[in-house]
Amino acid sequence: MTPHVILRVVSKLLIPLIAMFAFYVQFHGDYGPGGGFQAGVILAAAVILYALIFGLDEAKKAIPPSWVRIGMTLGVLLYGGTGVVTWLLGSEFLSYGVLTPDHPSHGQHYGILAVELGVLLAVASVMLAIFYAFGSRQPELSDEDW
Amino acid sequence: MGMLEFFPEWLQYHGAALAVVLPLLMGAICAILPSERLAWITTLIVVSICTVTAFGLLLVTFGGESVIYKMGGWDPPKGISYVIDGLNTPVIFLISAMALLTTLYGLPSVVAEVEPKKRAPFYGAFLIGVAGLLGMVVTGDAFNVFVFLEVSSISTYVLVAMGASRDRRALAAAYRYLILGSIGATFFVIGLGFLYMETGTLNMADIGRKLQELEGGSRVAMVAFGFITVGLGLKLAMFPLHMWLPGAYAHAPSFVTVFLASTATKAALYLMLRFSFTVFDVSFDYVLTVVTYLFTGLGCAAMVLGSLQAIFQTDARRTLAYSSVAQVGYMLLGVGMATSLGLTAGYVHLLNHAVIKGALFFALGAFWYRYGITRTEDFAGLGKMMPWTMGAFTLGGLSLIGVPLTAGFISKLQLAEAALQRGWGWAVFVIMATSILAIIYIGRLILTAYFQAPPEIDGEVVKRNEAPLMMLIPMWILVALSITIGVNSDFVVQAGQMAAEVLGGIS
Amino acid sequence: MFSAIFENFHYTIVIILMMTGLYVVFSSGNLIKKLVGLSVFQTSVFLLYISIGKVRGGQPPILVDDHSSGGEHASAATNLLAGAAEVPAGGAHHASDVLYSNPLPHVLILTAIVVGVATLAIGLALTVRIREVYGSIEEDVINEIDYRYNLEGTDS
Repeated sequence: MTPHVILRVVSKLLIPLIAMFAFYVQFHGDYGPGGGFQAGVILAAAVILYALIFGLDEAKKAIPPSWVRIGMTLGVLLYGGTGVVTWLLGSEFLSYGVLTPDHPSHGQHYGILAVELGVLLAVASVMLAIFYAFGSRQPELSDEDW
Repeated sequence: MGMLEFFPEWLQYHGAALAVVLPLLMGAICAILPSERLAWITTLIVVSICTVTAFGLLLVTFGGESVIYKMGGWDPPKGISYVIDGLNTPVIFLISAMALLTTLYGLPSVVAEVEPKKRAPFYGAFLIGVAGLLGMVVTGDAFNVFVFLEVSSISTYVLVAMGASRDRRALAAAYRYLILGSIGATFFVIGLGFLYMETGTLNMADIGRKLQELEGGSRVAMVAFGFITVGLGLKLAMFPLHMWLPGAYAHAPSFVTVFLASTATKAALYLMLRFSFTVFDVSFDYVLTVVTYLFTGLGCAAMVLGSLQAIFQTDARRTLAYSSVAQVGYMLLGVGMATSLGLTAGYVHLLNHAVIKGALFFALGAFWYRYGITRTEDFAGLGKMMPWTMGAFTLGGLSLIGVPLTAGFISKLQLAEAALQRGWGWAVFVIMATSILAIIYIGRLILTAYFQAPPEIDGEVVKRNEAPLMMLIPMWILVALSITIGVNSDFVVQAGQMAAEVLGGIS
Repeated sequence: MFSAIFENFHYTIVIILMMTGLYVVFSSGNLIKKLVGLSVFQTSVFLLYISIGKVRGGQPPILVDDHSSGGEHASAATNLLAGAAEVPAGGAHHASDVLYSNPLPHVLILTAIVVGVATLAIGLALTVRIREVYGSIEEDVINEIDYRYNLEGTDS
């Protein structure tokens, strides 16, 4: 039951750090290099590493595939919803300035935060969905036959 | 503009974005809906809204106006702008109206051809494909075109592959389409890169202006034009680059085939027009050379060879798919003349062909739905087994051939007129010759259906079994439209002239 | 002649990668290898775009800011998004003096990379399904099976 002790121990240390780094990249995105795309991939990488070490079933217990599907939609809706809100406030689609009419640059700041959050959710979920989809296929050869 | 009263002012400006954003967001929601019926109703509502919006925009441009929508409030050329003008509103309306008709048709058809648990995601992918097609037509930003091109292509690969539960060859066809489609899109994006190097902007109107100032630009612009032509040529199935098309049309679910045949290549052709005539301009030597010799040459080759290949197919869907390659040739011939009349003719045929091919593929889908028929020899007796569907197929086929009082006749008349005005008598001859080839491949199907007895199973003649009403209605709407255009073509020709006005062309 | 190649070495690399990718797509019969070729081909385009974005002597396109407060920080960042056309009234008044590399190609390519990932994922998914249905990922074998199927009209 416990082969790869080193891998398990090291990955238990690393996975939280990877996830935290993802959020660092996410929220640092408006001052420096970073943003939703990169952060989403890093976040998904943390879960994929977990799945590689502890098995796909364990990973699916931690993050169920149904969450992943909802995450994809929620991400897109968060992005699009920001645009719809600006529509309802009477401006162009994704025109963040109207979010805080007296100080447009603040509105732009909030708008891009919401959009990037949507991107993070969507990208991380899509990456996981792709991984789950390929990982769950029944292999024709078992590991011993290789 | 009395007719515009139903159309709220908000939509006149924001409609351009709404038509793209709504299907995109609802597509994401559709993918996770638990019930297929719910997904179908969502799709129906979304495409209906898109159709109404598109119709309103069409009326706005018929009024002689054009709209520039500033996405995110950023002014062009820095921001992304969506442009509504005489060139793209007919295509926008075509795409959304065809989406509406195929959705109606999809209620019985998708149930028969797609596995139950894949149906809700199927509608999701369809909506995203609609959003992609509308986006690439409506946007005024060159890179945005690439993004939407890929959005629509990727969802199309998925939709084609969904045919696998009916016919496993759909998988290989989707794979082939994916490889060629991605190469095409990548060529296109290489071209955009060169164009950006030359002009330093991505807004299509701005690129056009800068190229005019540079009088066509350096060799970089020429290379860019070459890459863009090849890339879009792959997407619109220009003759030697059409190899993905027959497989994709023949093995996709009928629902997808109809939608693809009547919209995807048309949107790509629209882009080709947009890039060759407004971003680049026929006043540049290299553009005029490519348009005159390459488009016309490949167009004629497609007309002759596509029609010949259509004759030798054993599968009715493949016959019509090769016929689509030939029909793209007609459009390219019109575009290749580069005169106002030629462009009008090409554009009119773009619209007419979408209507005709839509009706024909609707009928083929119904044959499969009732009897599982796709092969030519199995058509025997269909005239008695499904009289209404076969009637629609026959009228559509006559229109494809170009019999008077049908839409196809109008297209060919316009083309011939434009060719004579340009002094290209031989083009009229090619049009006549390929029409005869069309008589052969369509006639063969119709004759088999009417003059051979229905097959017997266990000594009993197969009984009449008409297609469901939900399939007949969209089919006959298109047939009626085709005949209406044949009787009174003002509306379509006016749209063509409006487009030709935007395109300019040589005088 | 060689100096031209070495001075524009990034274009040389782009062309080599592009041709390699295209050649692999067309020459190999293995569906996975075709996808590898396609990815190499697309990557060459990413490289092409990113090399256009480089401005000689230009800094990374991150706004240099002279230790201003948080609020101005934010407005400076959003101004960069708008193309840094106007220098804001408050902080970062040196912004226009600094030579930046062009950030736009990077942003475009970020989108293109995402598109490439999506295409690759679908290509691989199709390959997996083809392997399950046809029992092979060699194009010749698949074509032959299809050809026989077309002739006989039934599944053998």
